[in-house]
Amino acid sequence: MNCIFTDKKIVMTKVKFILLNAIDNVLVSCQTAKAGESVLIDNKYCEMIVPINVGHKIARSPIKKGQQIIKYGVSIGSAINNIATGEHVHIHNMKSDYIPSHTRQSKMGE
Amino acid sequence: MKGYLRSDGRKGIRNTVVVAYLVECAHHVAKSIVAKIDHSDVQLIGFPGCYPNDYSLQMMEKLCTHPNVGGVVLVSLGCEGFNREKLSQTIKNSQRPIETIVIQECGGTKNTISLGIEKATTILTTIADVEHTLLETSDLVIGTICGGSDGTSGISANPAVGACFDILINNGATCIFEETGELIGCEHIMANRAESVELGKELITCVEKAEKYYTKMGYGSFAPGNAEGGLTTQEEKSMGAYAKSGASDINGIIKPGDIPPKKGLFLMDVVPDGEPMFGFPNIADNAEIVEMIASGALMVLFTTGRGSVVGSAISPVIKICANPETYNKLPEDMDINAGSIIEGKATVSEIGQTIFDCILNVASGEESKSEALGHKEFLLTYKKFDDIGPSCLN
Repeated sequence: MNCIFTDKKIVMTKVKFILLNAIDNVLVSCQTAKAGESVLIDNKYCEMIVPINVGHKIARSPIKKGQQIIKYGVSIGSAINNIATGEHVHIHNMKSDYIPSHTRQSKMGE
Repeated sequence: MKGYLRSDGRKGIRNTVVVAYLVECAHHVAKSIVAKIDHSDVQLIGFPGCYPNDYSLQMMEKLCTHPNVGGVVLVSLGCEGFNREKLSQTIKNSQRPIETIVIQECGGTKNTISLGIEKATTILTTIADVEHTLLETSDLVIGTICGGSDGTSGISANPAVGACFDILINNGATCIFEETGELIGCEHIMANRAESVELGKELITCVEKAEKYYTKMGYGSFAPGNAEGGLTTQEEKSMGAYAKSGASDINGIIKPGDIPPKKGLFLMDVVPDGEPMFGFPNIADNAEIVEMIASGALMVLFTTGRGSVVGSAISPVIKICANPETYNKLPEDMDINAGSIIEGKATVSEIGQTIFDCILNVASGEESKSEALGHKEFLLTYKKFDDIGPSCLN
């Protein structure tokens, strides 16, 4: 598991991550979070393992391999690994259920 | 607001002379004419291919008779396949001044450039006193596109454009959104907003067509920069892109070059019909911008997260930046900072109103940022479409 729950309180900006829809299982970064920083997720603090840049997603709750990733209240693809709360959700652990995405180096999710 | 009244009753917000090359071989001559005149109202457009194509002919007819265009100079090499006679006749029928110059008949490059400068300058003077008329918000036709999207686009700039579209539609204007390939994954949600059950089915069908087409191409409408900006999948990008359409009823589907038959909100189906034939539907953002302009868009709202800088020939492009960090990097290129929504400093509806106000200013003659910077990009390539089905234009 990548994420460590902690009770330590750190100085945080008001809204670093936002929940777009009540049923979503991901949150979206509105302000860059550093690695090691604690982020409040549903009343629990969760330490970021990697830096999370603006526009990127983290898991709001544990997501099982094969489970749908819900953002804006709808599915935006499915998990290809088990994902822990607070973990970065991106091309390394989820894929499209429609058309594979690609980077300059490679295609993925095929 | 004042507009330029055209013979078909439509009103323009600009009065430009377009210099159009009809094959790549005439590009340099046409470009030199525009460069030497060096006037913001003399602009370059063109089609590179030598083989004839119904779509590109129709697009050029619609672009050369666009309400923002006052007159045209066609630059032909002479031996290309483009039907310059038909294009010229269509422009003539619209009562615009039109001159065709053929390089092979004018004594080559230098002579044709000189002649072109003379013709375009004369047209520019002729159209200066075209009739002005009152331009109302209900006369506006506004398109929207997103490019260089990231994880902020679907939260800030795109829903703000959606809010602006709702204001425009409430004021009787016409709005066009696209790209069916970027609506993959939200077709069923979108169908619920169709004004009729038949249209809802057509909306689903045209997104399914896009999915099939892009699957065959091997890539969705998803660029590496989208992933760097936090977007992971096509359907995630689609949901963000879909937010640009606002919450109004969808009144119809148009294909590139179709003029919306009534006021309201229209989806532009940009994906060619039939088996893939000429490659990717639109090779870059400007191809889509040109298609919306061909359908009468007087202005295009361009939302960007990563930071696109393009503008367009014929119609001004307004840049709405979704990401506050990008806005700080590229402020001179951005008309509106929707990143303030991400920072918690503004609401989606406030930025929607700001965009609406900006539209009225640009319609009144104020230059958009890309316009002032000289961005007059233009991209037109081969495509093939069937005629549109009956329920789409109801």
